Amino acid sequence: MKIIVCIKQVPDTETQIKIAPGGKSIVKDDIKWVMNPYDEFGVEEALRIKEKLGGEVIVVGLGPKRVTESLRTALAMGADKAILISDPAAEGSDALATAKALAAAVKGLQPDLIFTGQRGVDEDMGIVGAALAEYLGIPHFSVITRVEVAADGKSVKCHKPVEGQTLVFESPLPAVITAQKGLNEPRYASLPGIMKAKKKPLDEKTLAALGLNPAEFGEGARKLKVVEITPPPARKAGKIVQGDSPESKAKELAKLLHEEAKAI
Amino acid sequence: MPQGVMVIAEQRDGEIRKVSYEIVSEGRRLADKLGQKVTAVLLGQNIKDKAATLAHYGADKIIVADNAKLASYTPDAYTSVIAQVVKANDPAILILGASVQGKDLAARLSARLGVGMAQDCTAFAIDNGRLNAIRPIYAGKAYAKVTFSDNYPHMATARPNVMPMNPPDASKAAEIADAGVALDDSALKIKVADVIRDAAGKVDLTEADKIVSGGRGMKGPEGFKVLEDLAAAMGASVGASRSAVDAGWRPHTDQVGQTGKVVSPNLYIACGISGAIQHLAGMSTAKVVVAINKDPDAPIFQKADYGVVDDLFKVVPALTEEVKKLG
Repeated sequence: MKIIVCIKQVPDTETQIKIAPGGKSIVKDDIKWVMNPYDEFGVEEALRIKEKLGGEVIVVGLGPKRVTESLRTALAMGADKAILISDPAAEGSDALATAKALAAAVKGLQPDLIFTGQRGVDEDMGIVGAALAEYLGIPHFSVITRVEVAADGKSVKCHKPVEGQTLVFESPLPAVITAQKGLNEPRYASLPGIMKAKKKPLDEKTLAALGLNPAEFGEGARKLKVVEITPPPARKAGKIVQGDSPESKAKELAKLLHEEAKAI
Repeated sequence: MPQGVMVIAEQRDGEIRKVSYEIVSEGRRLADKLGQKVTAVLLGQNIKDKAATLAHYGADKIIVADNAKLASYTPDAYTSVIAQVVKANDPAILILGASVQGKDLAARLSARLGVGMAQDCTAFAIDNGRLNAIRPIYAGKAYAKVTFSDNYPHMATARPNVMPMNPPDASKAAEIADAGVALDDSALKIKVADVIRDAAGKVDLTEADKIVSGGRGMKGPEGFKVLEDLAAAMGASVGASRSAVDAGWRPHTDQVGQTGKVVSPNLYIACGISGAIQHLAGMSTAKVVVAINKDPDAPIFQKADYGVVDDLFKVVPALTEEVKKLG
């Protein structure tokens, strides 16, 4: 099996988001960058399938040089090779352009299976996996909590929880699967793993090297344009419910929720 | 020139889902600003007689694709049918519900149509004849206002429970048309092998009207019993913080936060949750927030409309009794 995992680097989830002057982006200094948490589930699942059926795991990232760190993390977990699409022209690309670049990088590798996280915890779009599959002309399954690859490596079954039920999809491979929390518990990179990762191949590619036209990427080519970024609407100062016992507070709270907030 | 607002309704087991009425209502408001029409599209099997209710919320026209292959959602069949309907009708705006299914479908469809798509929006506006959308990013730590290039339709999904629903008017009727599109079986690779149903009556957190959520302060899986009781008394769903889920007290599907579900209930009751930034991110669009925590300095109180500083194991059962009295 040749398995690709596309990863994104995002601010750690504990990051306080500050808006940059001009209001079109966030302040990117002093951010702790990590591999998108949902992508970690993808890396782990790819490694487990490789351990069972044999093959190779290749991680692909897109972004500035710092993304190398997240790719090395995946290599330290056990992936075999990494590719970084790094090109100033790609900076600010939207989800469709990102998927196009990934598709170009992945196509020649003839993968059996491709994983990504179900969404980046930065822009919260959840588009790249499905768009990548569209550009490759293969099925996709998003927000997946269980993956069963057939012993012959030719087909896959995926569990997708939707509201109130779980759909079990089946399709021939290759396919793109986007990983949801619950799929597995990602392993930590071991110290020997980290040492080995330093020697594993990490290729850098520009858009032109992938046969792409840089003019179709980046901020200027966005089909979805950011007008402005603002802080979330502030919540009004709340009330502390008074009372001389837990019971009296509960009674007062029920009254407020019923009469004032009209929420119960 | 592309004209009109198209909304993609969603059904499950033949029942139209609430988010569909929300986007028809929102579509109506946008279309009125543009002086244009709203077309609702419904896919499924034996759903023709259900489609008429979409008119009650403001659809001018309803396009139905009724086919055994569309009985249950698959990304490939649904994308193929809707892409054909969109191309044939050339709408200016295309809106889906940001349900699990809607987000999946919208992602693939935007790539098929080659248009930008704003996922999980909380508000829309028309500015100079063009769609603008507001969407939380970083799970609500910031909000982005976005707009679109000149590629049409301008496409977005709307977060469930956020867009107000028009009062239904049963006297309103709409033209119901057959989609009349071909579904090439040989191009369909995805099969639904099984549908595993959750326990009856359980409402998913993303669609719940009320949520009672527990964190580290629940002390263990058995602590959630008091929350289950309160939830049962008020018809709420039970959620959990990441620490409660990571401790194995609750399943992953219950997690609210940046790496869990982003929820928009009318009422969110946070019990024994300190309010880590990644949790607050997941419930920032809740309308009324209650925090019950014995630590008066817990950050959750900064986000709460009503705070109770006390032992949740005493307050919650007492609240359950009060709610039953109201019942």
